[in-house]
Amino acid sequence: MPAQLTILSGKGGTGKTTVTASFLNLAGGAVAADCDVDAPNLHLLLDPTLVSREPFEGAMVARIDLEKCSKCVLCEESCPFGAIKDLVVDPFSCEGCGVCELLCLDGAARLVPEITGEVFVSETRFGPLAHALLRPGGEASGKLVTRVKEVASSLAGERGLDLNLVDGSPGIGCPVIASVAGSDLILVVTEPTLSGLWGLERIHGVARHFGVKMAVCINKGDINPEIAEQVRHYCSESKLQVLGEVPFDEEVNQATMNGEVLVERYDGPASKALKSLWEETMALLESTKTKT
Amino acid sequence: MLVSVASGKGGTGKTTVAANLAWAASKQEPVTFLDCDVEEPDSHFYLKPDWSGEEDVCLPVPVVDASRCDGCGACAEFCRYNALAAIKGDVLVFQDLCHGCGGCALACPLKCITYTDRRIGIVREGARGGVHLYQGLLDIGEPVAVPVLKRVREKQADSGLTLVDCPPGTGCPFVNSIRGSDYCLLVTEPSPFGRHDLDLAHRAALELGVPHGVLINRSSNNDAIIDDYCEEEGLQVFDRIPFSRDLAEAFSRGEMRTETDETWFWRFLKILEEVRKACLLSSPS
Repeated sequence: MPAQLTILSGKGGTGKTTVTASFLNLAGGAVAADCDVDAPNLHLLLDPTLVSREPFEGAMVARIDLEKCSKCVLCEESCPFGAIKDLVVDPFSCEGCGVCELLCLDGAARLVPEITGEVFVSETRFGPLAHALLRPGGEASGKLVTRVKEVASSLAGERGLDLNLVDGSPGIGCPVIASVAGSDLILVVTEPTLSGLWGLERIHGVARHFGVKMAVCINKGDINPEIAEQVRHYCSESKLQVLGEVPFDEEVNQATMNGEVLVERYDGPASKALKSLWEETMALLESTKTKT
Repeated sequence: MLVSVASGKGGTGKTTVAANLAWAASKQEPVTFLDCDVEEPDSHFYLKPDWSGEEDVCLPVPVVDASRCDGCGACAEFCRYNALAAIKGDVLVFQDLCHGCGGCALACPLKCITYTDRRIGIVREGARGGVHLYQGLLDIGEPVAVPVLKRVREKQADSGLTLVDCPPGTGCPFVNSIRGSDYCLLVTEPSPFGRHDLDLAHRAALELGVPHGVLINRSSNNDAIIDDYCEEEGLQVFDRIPFSRDLAEAFSRGEMRTETDETWFWRFLKILEEVRKACLLSSPS
């Protein structure tokens, strides 16, 4: 099994994808998994060539066959999610539980598999990329994340790569929990804002809940030195290692605007900090793996 | 009027925009602010409410009466979420996978399944000035955010302005937050990421039939990447908030510019007026 390094943040927009793309360049041979399946961005920096795609049937959705239906509306009355109105199923509300199918006396209400997204494999200049796109409002984003990780693992196996870099999604819910599973190390990219710190605390809760080792990178620490100090304080109190601090640097904006990978094109303060962050992260991942 | 503030991409400034809109509007009418980003709610840093109460959000989860259960496994066979497993005549319940549909009790031939409430989060309530805030907070380790944010959505006021601060992405939490809005303001930034995720959010909003327009945050001298897209898609751009270190620092402290600076107060009020107009134009006559 390849080692799994998962990049998360709690709060969105702190720089997960920028870090992941630079890490891919520095790794010189790793498989990438973009697990932010409802707003994937990693491919925008990697200029990928699509190799294959597969539909993802992540959930079931109810259908009512009006030819068989005697219009008793038992399904409407008993749907726990209020998803059936005038014998029409609202796919955004239906959670595919099957209560309607169970109760329907006419055999008219049935669950059918629903395609809720697509999984892609692409080639990039840094190695293979597993990614996906969830349909709007698609159920089972967690299952789709799990599928992307499976695809990434098998790509790593085929190519003999020993690192799986996972770019996660914001938040702490279903897709994040699915990306945390099986991680050897979580690197949380945070920023010195009140909501960044709060996001860090909440994602730390998730890491503890699932017993996964976590470390921290502080992005744009110089934007607010006072809160950056609070972040460091939180980390030291909670025995979280701060593996690096990336300063505010106009080059980061430039790279993002141009769709470039920071460490590949630039050598300013942020780029240097990311290179050192990479060394520290690999050292910690190595020691975490030898312990287990 | 119900206005939601959303964005596909995280961290584009949804909450900053929503909070400033709320603060400016509250000088004219009562404002209800619904923070539906229940995984990472952060509106309280800006609105700084005095909390006045909270309620638990619970899901019903099955309890199997072991003394009567014969281990037939009908419940586990029914459950689509794998929240029940029948192993060697015993039934195990995995509570955090349960969606609370109640189907297992219906499927049980011996009727030995009942339900108990399990907390998955809270909704807290507070106010400051003319803004009344309801904020959902998903408990750590809980995967299912939608029931918590649906509870927040139920707090919509009958009169005045209701603003919904939406979660990032375009998945079920996003859809359940923007559904039924009179208008949705999509906050984006002029970068390939911003454009890509705006496209996803725009398509989702179209599919849901929610009228929507765009606000560009961290605007630079050249917003062509977003402007071109909006022109192609016929999306109205309501305003562009410049990128500046000064604003980033204010944001990091949880400062609302509408509270400290008259110019920004009027600017956000104008955005809201424009949204109101767009909303009237887009509503079916």
